[in-house]
Amino acid sequence: MIRAFVVALLFTMCAAGARAQALVADLSSHLIAITTGFSGTELLLFGATEGEGDVVVIVRGPDGDTTVRRKSRVAGIWINRDELRFSGAPSFYRLAASRPLADFLPNALRQRHQIGVDFLRIQPTRQLNSEETAAFRAGMIRNKETLKLYDKEVGRVSFLGNRLFRTRILFPANVPTGNYTVEVLLVRDGQVIAAQTTPMFVSKVGVGADIYDFAHDYAALYGIIAILFAVGAGWGAGVVFRK
Amino acid sequence: MALVPVYLPMAETAIDGLLLVSIGSGVGLLSGLFGVGGGFLITPLLIFLGVPPAVAAATGANTVIASSASGALAHWRRGTLDVKMGLLLLAGGLAGSAASVKLFGILAAMGQIDLVVSLSYVLLLGSVGAMMFAESVRGFLPGARKAITPPAARVPLGANLPWKTAFPRSGVETSVLAPIMLGFLVGVLTGLMGVGGGFLLVPAMIYLLAMPTTTVVGTSLFQILFVSANVTFLQAWSHQTVDVVLASLLVVGGVVAAPYGAKLGARLGAARLRVLLAMLVLGVAIGLGVGLVRQPADLYSIRIDVDAATKGETP
Repeated sequence: MIRAFVVALLFTMCAAGARAQALVADLSSHLIAITTGFSGTELLLFGATEGEGDVVVIVRGPDGDTTVRRKSRVAGIWINRDELRFSGAPSFYRLAASRPLADFLPNALRQRHQIGVDFLRIQPTRQLNSEETAAFRAGMIRNKETLKLYDKEVGRVSFLGNRLFRTRILFPANVPTGNYTVEVLLVRDGQVIAAQTTPMFVSKVGVGADIYDFAHDYAALYGIIAILFAVGAGWGAGVVFRK
Repeated sequence: MALVPVYLPMAETAIDGLLLVSIGSGVGLLSGLFGVGGGFLITPLLIFLGVPPAVAAATGANTVIASSASGALAHWRRGTLDVKMGLLLLAGGLAGSAASVKLFGILAAMGQIDLVVSLSYVLLLGSVGAMMFAESVRGFLPGARKAITPPAARVPLGANLPWKTAFPRSGVETSVLAPIMLGFLVGVLTGLMGVGGGFLLVPAMIYLLAMPTTTVVGTSLFQILFVSANVTFLQAWSHQTVDVVLASLLVVGGVVAAPYGAKLGARLGAARLRVLLAMLVLGVAIGLGVGLVRQPADLYSIRIDVDAATKGETP
């Protein structure tokens, strides 16, 4: 992987030099394969910039709807009472930058490019007063952080010299499957002067994927097999241990 | 962190495989010791480990099949299984479990499934545990022999309902409606809680149907086997929540450990076993009860629906 990285890096440098692009970046892999032994993984994002500037990396998983529920106390017991549904929330979100965001990013820019969980464009499907909406929104982000789907911490993009940069992106075991985008921005003087979006895929492969597909495509047969397996295990054990 | 992480395809997360096998053996040991399926321990433990509640309940039902299959078979051979009673319980149980799988989907969509599952656990385990505890403590008190009346002396539930029939193997006479209704109730619980319901069915058969203890365990295992198979099928079919990888790890641990539990149980004796089981059942009920009453760390919870069109497709 290291050799591949060096080769790729040299290649991107040459490409950058030849076409004088302001920004070139790539990932160590565009596919995260969830195999039976999968317990999370790490990808390396690397690239080169032309001239001065700060680099911001935004990783987004497929958007989806999220229902947020709030518990209140009813007769001494905590019960889900109110709910609010949001649409357009990414299922996964990570951010990395070469400097603290406040030092070089005006809020207008963060708004436009959805940089940081607080700037995600997430729409409630129902109108509540703004205080309530904000509370539900914060509740959703907090829960997604607990599940490691979002991260408030901003990862570090480190520069090697003036032009080459790299950052590591961590994906936990429960990383949602689907189509991801990795957006790299070059920011200079409060302006995005170059941007590049790279697709990435998270997909189940091997036995796990086969089981998942089978369970959905042949649900009835899957149920019968699950039963037969359990009966067989119980019966087999009964026979073995009777002796 | 995890020693042997295993990715569970339906639960969509990774959990240490060794830990799952150990949980399976721990519960298997207890089920061999007490003659219960152990579903009432597996489901809460899986939820605690981060398995989604729907997957935990459905997979719990799947593991209960294995433990009840070997037990039912043994009782069938020994002739301590009342097939007539078992079939009537089963008729109610199949209807009850089918209804509860539907109910599960509705409650999950309403966001109330966790509450209903916890409440059912607390109420049922609490009352059954308390009854068992009181009964067995009374058995230990000096001169309390009279407190334990032979169950067969009592009048079975439903004795004055229509369609009375005799159950020669158990030596009781009651309406066919009594076991059907009882089976229905236990079937509903099986679907909702992923439990076999043995902890509920066994006392109910002794105290409500006045069956002798000899046929109770075998007959309850018979009913549990088919009802949990029905739940497994329906959950797999309509919600895709049965995780065979998770189930097999738990079952492997369980079937190996269960016979050792049975041996240990024989050495401990019935009276002591009843107290221990009562304390275990009460402990789980109290633990879950505290969780309901105590203010949760975060009042907000989420449910994520990822758009099916963008999910899991590789180019």
